[in-house]
Amino acid sequence: MLKQVEGSAAVAEAVALCRPEVICAYPISPQTHIVEGLGKLVSAGRLAPCEFINVESEFAAMSVAIGASAAGARAYTATASQGLLFMAEAVFNAAGLGLPIVMTVANRALGAPINIWNDHTDALSQRDCGWIQLFAEDNQEALDLHIQAFRLAEELSLPVMVCMDGFILTHAYERVDLPTQEQVDAYLPPYEPRQVLDPADPVSIGAMVGPEAFMEVRYLAHAKQRQALELIPAWADEFKRVFGRESGGLAHTYRLEDAETVVVALGSVLGTIKDTVDELRDQGVRIGVLGITCFRPWPTAAVRAALANAKRVVVLEKSLAVGLGGIVSNNVSASYPGSPDDVHTVVAGLGGRAITRASLRRVFTEAIEGRLEHVTFLDLDHKLVERVLAREREQRRSGPIAEGILKDLGVVAAKIG
Amino acid sequence: MKPKPFAITLDPGSSLANHTGSWRTVRPEYVDRLPPCNHACPAGENVQGWLFHAEAGDYEQAWRVLTRDNPLPAVMGRVCYHPCESSCNRGQLDQSVGINAIERYLGDEALRRGWKFQPPERQSGKRVLVIGAGPSGLSAAYHLAMRGHAVTIREAGPVAGGMMRFGIPKYRLPREVLDAEVQRIVDLGVTLELNSKVDDVLAARREGGFDAVFLAVGAHIAKRAYIPAGSAAKMLDAVSVLRGMETGEQPLLGRRVVVYGGGNTALDVARTAKRLGAEESIIVYRRTREKMPAHESELEEALQEGVLVKWLSTIKQAGESSITVEKMALDAKGNPQPTGQFETLEADSVVLALGQDVDLSLLDGVPGLEVADGVVKVDDSMMTGHPGIFAGGDMVKGERTVTVGIGHGKLAARNVDAWLRGEQWVHPPQHELATFDKLNTWYYTDAPKSKQPILDTIRRQSTFDEVVGGYDETTAQFEARRCLSCGNCFECDNCYGVCPDNAVIKLGPGKRYEFNLDYCKGCGICVSECPCGAIRTVAEEI
Amino acid sequence: MTHQPIRFYQTGTFTVGNRLLAQEQRSVQAQAGRTNSLNSGHRACQGCGEALGARYAIDAAMDATNRQLVAANATGCLEVFSTPYPETSWQIPWIHSLFGNAAAVATGIAAAMRVKGRENVRVVAQGGDGGTTDIGFGCLSGMFERNDDVLYICYDNEAYMNTGVQRSSATPPAARTNTTMPVGSSTGARFGQGKNLPRIAMAHEIPYVATATVAELRDLEAKVRRAMEFRGARYIHILVPCPLGWGHGSAETIRMARLAKETGIFPVFEAEHGEVTNVSKIRRPLPVEEYLRPQTRFAHLFKPPGHPEIIARLQQLADRNIRRYGLLDTEAAS
Ligand SMILES: Cc1ncc(C[n+]2csc(CCOP(=O)(O)OP(=O)(O)O)c2C)c(N)n1
Ligand code: SF4
Ligand SMILES: [Mg+2]
Repeated sequence: MLKQVEGSAAVAEAVALCRPEVICAYPISPQTHIVEGLGKLVSAGRLAPCEFINVESEFAAMSVAIGASAAGARAYTATASQGLLFMAEAVFNAAGLGLPIVMTVANRALGAPINIWNDHTDALSQRDCGWIQLFAEDNQEALDLHIQAFRLAEELSLPVMVCMDGFILTHAYERVDLPTQEQVDAYLPPYEPRQVLDPADPVSIGAMVGPEAFMEVRYLAHAKQRQALELIPAWADEFKRVFGRESGGLAHTYRLEDAETVVVALGSVLGTIKDTVDELRDQGVRIGVLGITCFRPWPTAAVRAALANAKRVVVLEKSLAVGLGGIVSNNVSASYPGSPDDVHTVVAGLGGRAITRASLRRVFTEAIEGRLEHVTFLDLDHKLVERVLAREREQRRSGPIAEGILKDLGVVAAKIG
Repeated sequence: MKPKPFAITLDPGSSLANHTGSWRTVRPEYVDRLPPCNHACPAGENVQGWLFHAEAGDYEQAWRVLTRDNPLPAVMGRVCYHPCESSCNRGQLDQSVGINAIERYLGDEALRRGWKFQPPERQSGKRVLVIGAGPSGLSAAYHLAMRGHAVTIREAGPVAGGMMRFGIPKYRLPREVLDAEVQRIVDLGVTLELNSKVDDVLAARREGGFDAVFLAVGAHIAKRAYIPAGSAAKMLDAVSVLRGMETGEQPLLGRRVVVYGGGNTALDVARTAKRLGAEESIIVYRRTREKMPAHESELEEALQEGVLVKWLSTIKQAGESSITVEKMALDAKGNPQPTGQFETLEADSVVLALGQDVDLSLLDGVPGLEVADGVVKVDDSMMTGHPGIFAGGDMVKGERTVTVGIGHGKLAARNVDAWLRGEQWVHPPQHELATFDKLNTWYYTDAPKSKQPILDTIRRQSTFDEVVGGYDETTAQFEARRCLSCGNCFECDNCYGVCPDNAVIKLGPGKRYEFNLDYCKGCGICVSECPCGAIRTVAEEI
Repeated sequence: MTHQPIRFYQTGTFTVGNRLLAQEQRSVQAQAGRTNSLNSGHRACQGCGEALGARYAIDAAMDATNRQLVAANATGCLEVFSTPYPETSWQIPWIHSLFGNAAAVATGIAAAMRVKGRENVRVVAQGGDGGTTDIGFGCLSGMFERNDDVLYICYDNEAYMNTGVQRSSATPPAARTNTTMPVGSSTGARFGQGKNLPRIAMAHEIPYVATATVAELRDLEAKVRRAMEFRGARYIHILVPCPLGWGHGSAETIRMARLAKETGIFPVFEAEHGEVTNVSKIRRPLPVEEYLRPQTRFAHLFKPPGHPEIIARLQQLADRNIRRYGLLDTEAAS
């Protein structure tokens, strides 16, 4: 059924169709509309039997989900940014315990400075937590990925994080195709836990494991994720059979045929990138796009294959490995058959900074012309940062410190505001 | 279901594979310590042992355990001065357990219900002569009979009971109680020959074809003291007064009676005199109340009945209707010394209660048999210097109480039995004493001692009705349950419960517990928390 | 006292069992067939009060729920000594997630059970004092406030034991821990700090709050049983002496708990819907010194020249408890 709805509403509907049994909610922008939507559905009795729990923190949200999942319930929560970090310990724990929780991360920047707008720093900070991480390109995909996520999670006994760009997707009204309950039921069998807290078959979950077996436990987690690389495309195929559209999988390629330059990115920015690429293609530039849907497990083979013929790669990412450069690009480099020097990192859109076609066009052109630095920051106010840096250098050398700071604050703070 | 996650998810209770017993440096061990009551009992009763059954309301079993050592519980429950209670650990907590009264309850219950002794399955074919049917002789006869020996008791008097009959007034021991308990011993197949004085032990043994002899003729020749007395002065001795009460020759004591002496017998006579109508019954005793050998409770009862005591006094002279007493004073050593102050007391009669001697005439010419200080010498096995002739009770050295006599009878019987088989009886090793410090008294409920009913004073002054009444069942059980079970497991489950390692195995009712040394870490909590001190810690041999 | 004191067999109801009581009058721990929810082979120190308290409480809960019980456990000694791979001592369905989230995990389990229509399966969360009063406090308070159907049991050994005895907000004043060392002018943990979690729990007005110690098994079991009669959030705070952290002999664990109660330092009571409904009276009143002296964590108070003024302050704390809860027979509970 086609419907013009807000992204959050679409996701709420999708999650609802998956018959969640326990939903934990703690508000944080830009995730709020999702859980509000679900809350309304639960209140209306549409999801019965389902428990909607207003917890006191994200840490509790994930913890309640852990308990529910371990007790055999299909558990869901959503968060973003600070919230994700607030629950970080439990996020790792859920993965370690192999509990198939599904969580939406409405991607948002991390403070300080506090900022509610979109980038990928939050999700990528958790890249090694053991969760499967899927990134949606648009609202239709966000919706579809949630349905796939439950299937994936439960088949693999692993938690899955569905990442969608805060505001850009969560708050955007788009037309989406909402599947029917029958379709979802046909795709998603009831949850059959691999381990469950049940008085009839008592087990101890969450043992302490020492050096004698810890490596093995970690290896097995790794092996399971690597296995997922084979299963994810298969379930995407099945998804297509049931729902009649392509969605999910490890990665999407766009106009890669004969592309010498490949732009790699995650999430909604792929739309703008594709538009830009279309423009460049129209001008005869051999450029294509690789959109990563599955960031964890990292689809090494798929990336390698997609980049096999690329002369250069531009990784445009909404995240920053402070002190190094790119996070995604680092992963891409590892899977690029060519020289790492030909993998460019473009850090873009941090804290919600707009990514325009013009700017993209500029960096892609620079890359093609060999003028792009290894790591660049899209649309950075170079003048401003230079001034601040200069001041700081100066300050360290001369003048009464307090006076220097005041001066700096007065001028610089007003400017950046 | 798919296989469970490796290492993180584990099967229930699997830690049994980890034997934490290897951590141990000390080990708990169940012990049976000797309860102080048992330890103090001259008759060697397993007091704690029979209380255990009484607690459960199994009075017959309690009585059976009791009578393994003492065949006269209804008597003992009245006349014993119960050293068990004086040493009872509960005395340090609140008040001692009323052991004696419970014993009486059991004895009475047995009589009421007609419980009999279980005769032995086989007879030994040996014959034993017991001379004297007092407590010691009856006890020996019982224990010997229970061991399969054919026992004949020869008693000089017309009835059995000895000092239980002739020394203890019936207001303390009703005769039907005594008779019934004696009869039960006779019913075991013991031959009791009354009015059958033995003048020559060796002849009696030979003629009767006895394999062994137990002498228990007691001590009933009253000790005399020299008191200048006028010809008309009426001087009697306690033994004959009390004996007269039994044989119907009721003594004529007059309105004012003076009893000379400070033992229980003195009190018995004084109290008897009161009941016989004496207006004044005065005890003259040369020391103080604290030094009086008589039992405190008896003195108390006597005073209640109106008996008077002249402390620190000796009789200097007795006249027709008065006596002269001299006041005494205690010297530095606590001995009474004359003061030269005199006093006259009116007295229609003076009864001397100064102790008794043994009639040793029947022992003349027994080779090897030795006498010293007026009593027969016996070795550890209660045997005299003459093989096969044993002796006990008041005629040997020791405290002269019914209970001691019963104990002698039991000990002698064991030794006679061994001797008849050509063996030597050896006392089994004694357990360590269960002293108060071994207990964890926190666990015991607060419970005051139960009182026995007492006859009202008027009737005590005019009749020979029994003064002290018995417990009813509820009281007996309550009182039994005050027992701390010192040193002996009473299956309270504390060790089983308090072990943090579940290393105590509960074996089921009556079977107590066992340590599971595979898991016991030796923390010692069970030892500290055992209420009754039945667990100890021993070093682990490494 | 919640339990009906049995009027009298030798030890009344003070002992674990009593051979003369009817089966249904006996404690759960006295049963030969008790669950031993925490099995032998665990790695708790010798004489560990927490191991004991946990078995007491969970066996009682098993009994009260007809063995339909699931537990969530916070990180801490109890978790570490019971479930080191490859063996677990638990015989019940049990999960350990994190140090600070046991209450929330339990909420999740309870929610799952409700969804599955298995409300007969009851949920217990448990942790040490650190996991309860400090790091897990947020989750605990949330669970209380939502009145989730969870019984939370805190095993209070008054410090972070598993990490080697550091101060928690349940550490009593003057106690030595490795982070409150009585060196220089310091006399151990400071006065005027710390949290009274049972009272905080009561402030949430949850259906049931109780304190207990390992020294009074019947009382503890009765409280677990009572707790299981309610739906909603319930809290039981059990004092569990720790030979290692308190520095008393391993055989003295129960005695220490008993002394804590008898001196008034640790009030034993229960409250329903925020109001005290019952207190366990002190049976044999004792000065706090009796409790302090056997523990090396208080040894600095007795080393010459001694600190009578500190002991007096601790006595005042005990006296306040005695007044506040009416712990002596003559005083009424407030
Ligand atoms: C988030 C986190 N912080 C710190 C720790 C370290 N830690 C593990 S157990 C423990 C002490 C537990 O103390 P408590 O809760 O009182 O239980 P106890 O060991 O005393 O029974 C600490 C501090 C941890 N595991 N997780
Ligand atoms: S440190 Fe204390 S709480 Fe931890 S196992 Fe040892 S005794 Fe038990
Ligand atoms: Mg602790």
